[in-house]
Amino acid sequence: MTAKISLAGVAKRFGSKVVLDGVDLDVAPGESMVIIGGSGTGKSVLIKCILGLIAPDAGSIRIDGQDVVGLHGSALATSRARFGMLFQGGALFDSLPVWRNVSFALSQGGGGHAAEMRAAAIDNLARVGLDAGVADLRPSELSGGMQKRVALARAIAARPEIIFFDEPTTGLDPIMADVINNLIVELVRDLKITALTITHDMGSVRKVAHRVAMLYAGKIVWSGPVADIDNSGNAYVDQFVHGRADGPIKMAMRRP
Amino acid sequence: MNALLAFPIAVGAFVIAGLRATGRLTLFAGQALWRALLPPYYPARLLEQMLLIGWFSLPVVGLTALFTGSALAQQIYIGGSRFNAASTVPAVTVIGIVRELGPVLGGLMVAGRVSSAMAAELGTMRVTEQIDALATLRTDPFRYLIVPRVLAAVIVLPFLVLVSNALGVMGGWLIATQRLGFNSANYLTTTAKYLEADDVVSSMVKAAVFGFIIALMGCYHGFHSSGGAAGVGRATTNAVVSAFILILLSNLIITVIVFGS
Ligand SMILES: Nc1ncnc2c1ncn2[C@@H]1O[C@H](COP(=O)(O)OP(=O)(O)OP(=O)(O)O)[C@@H](O)[C@H]1O
Ligand SMILES: [Mg+2]
Repeated sequence: MTAKISLAGVAKRFGSKVVLDGVDLDVAPGESMVIIGGSGTGKSVLIKCILGLIAPDAGSIRIDGQDVVGLHGSALATSRARFGMLFQGGALFDSLPVWRNVSFALSQGGGGHAAEMRAAAIDNLARVGLDAGVADLRPSELSGGMQKRVALARAIAARPEIIFFDEPTTGLDPIMADVINNLIVELVRDLKITALTITHDMGSVRKVAHRVAMLYAGKIVWSGPVADIDNSGNAYVDQFVHGRADGPIKMAMRRP
Repeated sequence: MNALLAFPIAVGAFVIAGLRATGRLTLFAGQALWRALLPPYYPARLLEQMLLIGWFSLPVVGLTALFTGSALAQQIYIGGSRFNAASTVPAVTVIGIVRELGPVLGGLMVAGRVSSAMAAELGTMRVTEQIDALATLRTDPFRYLIVPRVLAAVIVLPFLVLVSNALGVMGGWLIATQRLGFNSANYLTTTAKYLEADDVVSSMVKAAVFGFIIALMGCYHGFHSSGGAAGVGRATTNAVVSAFILILLSNLIITVIVFGS
């Protein structure tokens, strides 16, 4: 079976700063993959490379066996139509009301029957635990956690085949975080989507992941089934999972 | 490195950077024109932009033209009196306004209002990843954001400049009849006699070109901004300054081509 997403040797640097240094990763169809790794290791950059928002310097990215690096115009648009993306910062359109945001992919930027779009938006808002009352608010009138959930509703509204979640539970209370984890699990189980989630939240990892990959120093240093993360035999994974300051991963900071 | 080479190397780097920027801008302009032709179209966005650019610029463009037309007529009167040619006021005013000042000042005022606003809005959308988000929501950011703005500016600027011309002439007429002792009917007859269709057409052509420049500069700098709030600030400044310079330069070129021969 061909992998849904297959990365080989993906490299990216900004100026002299090497961020990705040969990333190899395969995600099977219908699989929920979670990428873990320290802050600033390039997890968000990796996802943007897959989406074609950032051009990698080297390597190949295959979606359903088709190389998507360097696609442009309508080929790129067709390729992108398979993806949904929850941006780490939300990236909500602040000039549009919440319901227009959520139905954006369905209406493709304002078309479509307004009443239908509103209904679809309210439906998706309900899935992330928001009631219809927020539909007419502007994103700036929402709390940070509510914005995150609106962004999540927007990412899933068109039911894409592949969804990227960049830190879906950051900034949410523990109960709401669990609601979102359940939502991701449901999407994968019931709608058979392929999910790629970035998170620092180990509770989230254990709940949503089928497999886990750890990004460190521009490479995937370990990947395996979620059941193995506690005995991965990998010192980097161990340190990360247990959240220890001491270990092979050195945080760049000054000692007092 | 040899100190003698430092200067040519610096000049070379500057020239290459300039060429690269020109190339990027040309590509951007080409994309804007090319993608305007192909669907999907966003008529609601186009109307919204026409309203923002056209309607809301009317007060500032109108006032500018009115004041400048009055000042121009006053100066022509003073200058003309020295040669016993004070009667040229209506003729020179209408030619000066329609051929040059109406479109140029109108264009500059709209650039100040609109290029900056576009650069700030698109720049903010860029740094908050809203432009990236568009691309992941089955929408081409170029067609959704840039094409409506460029089209709207090209369409409305000629009409704005018509208003600018009319109010500029009216400013001249006001001061001539109220302060300089001209007869109202005579003034208007002379104005009409020297107002030529070609001048109005060239005025509107200039306006359309300026509209393209205004939207293109605002969009280009906003779309390519980076580096947070400071980056958006830079993009806004660059948009206005480059729009001003390109408007004045293209005005000179059109004037030389149309009137110089
Ligand atoms: N557009 C850009 N230009 C220059 N450098 C960038 C750009 N985008 C990201 N970087 C750099 O790439 C590195 C990785 O960034 P990225 O956002 O992928 O980190 P991350 O792993 O998602 O971290 P976090 O967990 O904190 O979100 C960072 O050091 C960042 O400075
Ligand atoms: Mg990130």
